[in-house]
Amino acid sequence: MLAFVFRRLLVNVLVFFAVSVGVFVLVRAAPGDPIRVMVDPVQMQTGGEEFIARKRAELGLDDPLPVQYAAWFKRALTGDLGTSYVSHRPVTEVLTERLGPTVLLMGTALLTAVVLGLLVGTVAAVRRNSAVDYGATVLSLATISVPSFFLGIAAIYLFSLTLGVLPSAGMSTPGGGGGSSDILRHLILPAGILGLSLAGPLTRYVRSGLIGELGADYARTAEAKGATPRRVVVRHALRNALIPLITVLMIYIPQLFGGAVIVEQVFAWPGMGQLVVSSIAQLDYPVIVGFALYISLLVLVCNLAADLLYAVADPRVSLR
Amino acid sequence: MTAVELTPPSPAGVPPVPATPARKVSHRSPARLALRRFTRNRLAVVGAVVLVAVIVAALAAPLLTPYDPTAVDLGAFRQAPSGAHLLGTDSSGRDVLTRLLYAGRVSLSVGLLASLVAVAIGLFFGAIAGLVGGFVDSVVMRATDIVLSFPSIIVVVVLAGILGPSVTMLVVVMGATNWPTAARVVRGLVLSLREQEYIAAARAAGARTGWILMRHVVPAALAPVSVVATLLVASTVLNEAALSFLGLGVQPPQASWGNMLNDAQNLTLIRTMPWMWLPPGLAIAATVLAVNFVGDGLRDAVDPRSGGGAR
Repeated sequence: MLAFVFRRLLVNVLVFFAVSVGVFVLVRAAPGDPIRVMVDPVQMQTGGEEFIARKRAELGLDDPLPVQYAAWFKRALTGDLGTSYVSHRPVTEVLTERLGPTVLLMGTALLTAVVLGLLVGTVAAVRRNSAVDYGATVLSLATISVPSFFLGIAAIYLFSLTLGVLPSAGMSTPGGGGGSSDILRHLILPAGILGLSLAGPLTRYVRSGLIGELGADYARTAEAKGATPRRVVVRHALRNALIPLITVLMIYIPQLFGGAVIVEQVFAWPGMGQLVVSSIAQLDYPVIVGFALYISLLVLVCNLAADLLYAVADPRVSLR
Repeated sequence: MTAVELTPPSPAGVPPVPATPARKVSHRSPARLALRRFTRNRLAVVGAVVLVAVIVAALAAPLLTPYDPTAVDLGAFRQAPSGAHLLGTDSSGRDVLTRLLYAGRVSLSVGLLASLVAVAIGLFFGAIAGLVGGFVDSVVMRATDIVLSFPSIIVVVVLAGILGPSVTMLVVVMGATNWPTAARVVRGLVLSLREQEYIAAARAAGARTGWILMRHVVPAALAPVSVVATLLVASTVLNEAALSFLGLGVQPPQASWGNMLNDAQNLTLIRTMPWMWLPPGLAIAATVLAVNFVGDGLRDAVDPRSGGGAR
């Protein structure tokens, strides 16, 4: 077990290293001069070139790439990801303050998706080939086929503009000290839409997993011993069907992050996704790099967690 | 065809086997059976019909509409649907229906190209991993795990942020991030094929690896790979739309379904001019849903055992 953990950890560290090199090289090879974005046009006219040259040297942009990378990586290890070209604040600080809203959004979406997926998937599996099952299949395909930004705009049209029951943007009402219930109201639409996109695939996993378990010998044995159908499903089959679901969830978390970037844009949710989209428009490379590193770390941690949880939850899994 | 050839030659003196059973057998070729299973799946048939309609409409765009998709007509901007403009006009006075049809070309070709790239890479690595095995196999498999866990949206967002958005990059990145699905399918197939008697027989008859690959592995892989490719088209069309919506994919004035929705990011426009955001959104949803139905139908048709399971 320990050797397995160690090997997987090593692979992930290597990949993280490779990703960081890749991202760094890309950033430095990028077109567009970050310095010119920083300098305001008035300053450009009054001895701008000299100022730019000084600034380039100051930021180390004239050094050879490997030197720049080594210096950058050393600082990154100590949590120093540089300074944002736009807000002139440390990248770690800029990213961390956006982490909270994103985690809140993704967490709520994940919870919604798991509850929906378990409920609908179980019902569909138990009433297999019924109208409910058929409807669930079509609906789950629909949730992964309808683009979240379109669903978001439609939801804004319906709930915010026509019915006027839910806010369309942001995380809280400007100027109003609404507290947590205000945030909750702002959370419903984005988290619901993000959650739906994950509920579809989860429903399908729960359904097919549960159908497999219900057909297993132990389920028939439990039934033969007089367990009620409900007990067979909930206490016996579902428990085993949930094991692969843990892995599936871990694998889907990074995908959910991709969805969050889009949903945050639609609902002006002040998370990391919105930050990175605006950073792209402003050529704020340090923030983009920091974002890429945060995501890589998240992806690799989820990957490792998927491997480990799978091994821990199912004793039949042999560790290679 | 093959079934007829396989009918044992009738021994001398015995009347030849009547032709009818042989014809019956020939009707049960795997492809025929798959087609029958596919057409029995109502959703898949509906999906196929919708998909064909979308493709035909996109291809026939110049015949269906008199307007130019990129011609700005500021005299006619933000007009509600009317006889002249069936779906109204957008903020630059361009006909929405025209843009919708031409956008279909862009969105579908990006999706198709990206999944072809993914499948080509996947076929290559999957076959290598399955045939060579050992260390190569485990490296390729670890690579699929890792590549698959990086969401293509995020990769494109970061790359578009640094290199600038372009359609080429969209296709390359979506191909490069989606190949593992195809690779895993092909690898699994090659591993099971390696143990098959007919492959051993071919080998015993002196067939080389290349011959076995072309004659046995590729035909066997075609069906499952086409399922993977179809389902990939659905997700690449969706991703292209999302990225173009963010302004990181297809760039205006070229129309794509995603960037048509990009204009609809202010509340007044959403409330008062639904003709600008509703049609492209519905077009994406209908197309992707149709492709997913077709993909699901294909999977159940070529592999009846998989029966509507999870992907």
